Amino acid sequence: MSANTNYLNATTGLKSWLYTLDHKRIGVMYLVSVMAFFMVGGLLAILLRLELFTPAGDLFSPDLYNRIFTLHGAVMIFLFILPAIPAALGNILLPIMIGAKDVAFPRLNLASWYVFLVGALVAVYSILIGGVDTGWTFYAPYSTDSTTAVTTIVFAAFIMGFSGIFTGINFIATIHKLRAPGMTWYKLPLFVWGLYATAIIQILATPVLAITLLLIIMERLVGVGIFDPALGGDPVLFQHFFWFYSHPAVYIMILPGMGIISELISTFSHKRIFGYKAIAFSSLGIAFVSFLVWGHHMYTAGQSEYASMIFSLITFSVGIPSGIKIFNWMATMYNGRITFQAPMLYAFMFLILFSIGGLTGMFLGALATDIHLHSTYFIVAHFHATMMGGTVIAFLGGVHYWWPKIWGRMYPQKLAQVTAVMVFLGFLGTFLPQFIAGSQGMVRRIHSYPEKFEFLNQISTFSAMILGLSFLVMMVYLFRSIKHGEPASDNPWGGLTMEWETQSPPVEHNFEKDPVVEHGPYDYHEVVKQSTDRS
Amino acid sequence: MNNNGTLFLPTQASTIANEVDSIFNFVLYTGLIIFAIVVIGLIFFSLKFRKRNENEELTSKVSENHVLEWTWSVIPSILVIVLFFMGFKTFMKMNIVPDNAIEIKTTGKKWMWVFDYPNGANSTNILTVPKDKPVKILLSSSDVIHSFYIPDFRVKMDALPNRYTTLWFEANQTGEFPIYCTEFCGTGHSQMIGTVKVVDYDEYETYLASSVSGVDDTSIPLKQLGENVYQGKACFTCHTLDGNSLVGPTFKGLFGSTVKHTDGSSATVDENYIRQSILEPANKIVEGFAPVMPTYQGQLNDREIDGIIEFIKENK
Repeated sequence: MSANTNYLNATTGLKSWLYTLDHKRIGVMYLVSVMAFFMVGGLLAILLRLELFTPAGDLFSPDLYNRIFTLHGAVMIFLFILPAIPAALGNILLPIMIGAKDVAFPRLNLASWYVFLVGALVAVYSILIGGVDTGWTFYAPYSTDSTTAVTTIVFAAFIMGFSGIFTGINFIATIHKLRAPGMTWYKLPLFVWGLYATAIIQILATPVLAITLLLIIMERLVGVGIFDPALGGDPVLFQHFFWFYSHPAVYIMILPGMGIISELISTFSHKRIFGYKAIAFSSLGIAFVSFLVWGHHMYTAGQSEYASMIFSLITFSVGIPSGIKIFNWMATMYNGRITFQAPMLYAFMFLILFSIGGLTGMFLGALATDIHLHSTYFIVAHFHATMMGGTVIAFLGGVHYWWPKIWGRMYPQKLAQVTAVMVFLGFLGTFLPQFIAGSQGMVRRIHSYPEKFEFLNQISTFSAMILGLSFLVMMVYLFRSIKHGEPASDNPWGGLTMEWETQSPPVEHNFEKDPVVEHGPYDYHEVVKQSTDRS
Repeated sequence: MNNNGTLFLPTQASTIANEVDSIFNFVLYTGLIIFAIVVIGLIFFSLKFRKRNENEELTSKVSENHVLEWTWSVIPSILVIVLFFMGFKTFMKMNIVPDNAIEIKTTGKKWMWVFDYPNGANSTNILTVPKDKPVKILLSSSDVIHSFYIPDFRVKMDALPNRYTTLWFEANQTGEFPIYCTEFCGTGHSQMIGTVKVVDYDEYETYLASSVSGVDDTSIPLKQLGENVYQGKACFTCHTLDGNSLVGPTFKGLFGSTVKHTDGSSATVDENYIRQSILEPANKIVEGFAPVMPTYQGQLNDREIDGIIEFIKENK
């Protein structure tokens, strides 16, 4: 198969990549970039955990530690998790899954990658000129007073916002206009529905962040008093602006992840998805309601008690559709014919870890308990359970699922399965102790801590090493497989969505001839495709 | 009731703690039940519905079941509504300050807590409160945002630079409990730790009376007074005694040494130098440090400054 012409070998040379308008190549460039940034962010996390191995702040100076955790957050959020699923996997798969030749605006698509790269370079520059010590949340007036490179990194985030908007516009136009004949809305794979909901948030919420960041820059450069009380501003206003973007952004991260999980569970259960419409519309519902819950980050920030009450109520209501999805996925497995290749193991992991993330969210949605837990390690563990246990695990599941399609090569299945289990154990060991430390009162963003939390932190650090090592092994076997892996068949998992009907890796314009939609994406009750991966 | 804390929660040392904990435990146990359903379901389905032979076969076409879907939508909805009301009810109790509360003005600043009591007494980092009396903390910050957190009381509130916020508690156990800053505030954030001392009401009154008059107490030797100030005003947050540099220069061997300033000048540390550094800290900045120290003009009397000088002298 690899002897055939495909999008990877149709043209060669660096220029053919840098000028490419092929959504798959742009997606691959995104994929390689975000995986590189994931390793950088992970390395920073390891440094943090090493400092926290002992209660005394003895490894780094406080200022250095503050820079490292800021950078860990900023890299993971802006350079990895936001673009990871939509811009990398979404870019590669979305047009193929709806039977299109490319996205609606290929040039805009390439521009989005360059904008992302420029933003990333500005972020790297801000590290070179001394780093930033504000935390990735840039709370005023600390951020407007800080002498570190806040202006530069905030500008980097500003630039990267545009790349997200470009991708969002492109996806919405593509889904509306470029579906293959017969690809009706209810035949769209749920991953596509997830990307659609995500794109809406990207377009509506990102400008708010952009404006907020611009205001921070104006305050720092020319002293316009918006947030700094010394200039007549209001620091809590910053928090409102920031979370008005950043809470919906949480769903930019998780909705496409949920889309991937729908694909994985259905494919590896070889069974029609349970509650297709419920899953599709709950994604859209979550997208809209996500704009109305930002105040739950601010229960202790001095906002009115009645505001807190309303935010608490809406927060609980947005949790229910996520819970329903978990039950839908489990019901999909009922009476299926389940196989346990690496992607499915990540789907299992997602169900368990995202449940932990969701259920611990109930402690935080409830007003009285949130007061105690806010800004402790309980919060740290909670959002890592949703973002890492949710989005990152879904991303890795997606990477393992589509890897043979993207490269035409298969990674070593057994090794991938073992690594998946190690990631799971490493995750539990890293974050479960943090829940307990947090509810016992261990505060976040500290570089030394009271002795009584030592044992919990040591388990956490030790497990983080396992986690780091597992990711390292994963990167090695994945990238090694590009050259040395077994050639993959067109449809190794027996999937029914359209990307499995073209060759692996796909041809330049995705399909040899115009594709015809013959069945729905999950019609395992009518169609059987031979799965060719035997491990 | 377990006052001494559980695996998940610290000591219950205030009247509201028990109520907060019962909500916490309610969520914990219902959460564990739901989690068990998910995990057991996954394991059971994995075993029962795993692929058993090599033949590819069609599977069931079921994709909807309204009774089932309504069930798993309605039950969690009821649960979260109950939870919302539980959380809201206790939250309101935590926010409505009793009329008879003792008001203590609390100021967060980089990196300490300053407490002003109703009779004019003040203290740094050590908050003394009476047992079984409601205490209102009127909070603000003199620089960036801090957050006032006493885990054992289950209370927390941000200290803002441009407005007042309040929290209240009624301690029901004597003892000492830590106060943390939970809003990231820079270099000394992890060291911004205070202590709340809960004492009987008589002892509280004695403390207040003595700390107003105690400032001029000449019976304490200078060096001892200096050490008291070093501890009481939390100088240790930034200045160590063991030679390590934190936010500011160490006190070890400081007296008599020559320091270089950021403006290129240098000076030998003597009595006047220390006095000026305490009262006008922004005037001369030692190389390698940031101009972050607040002035202590009006907060320390002459004898206390003498005490600090003596204390630094002795710390060779």
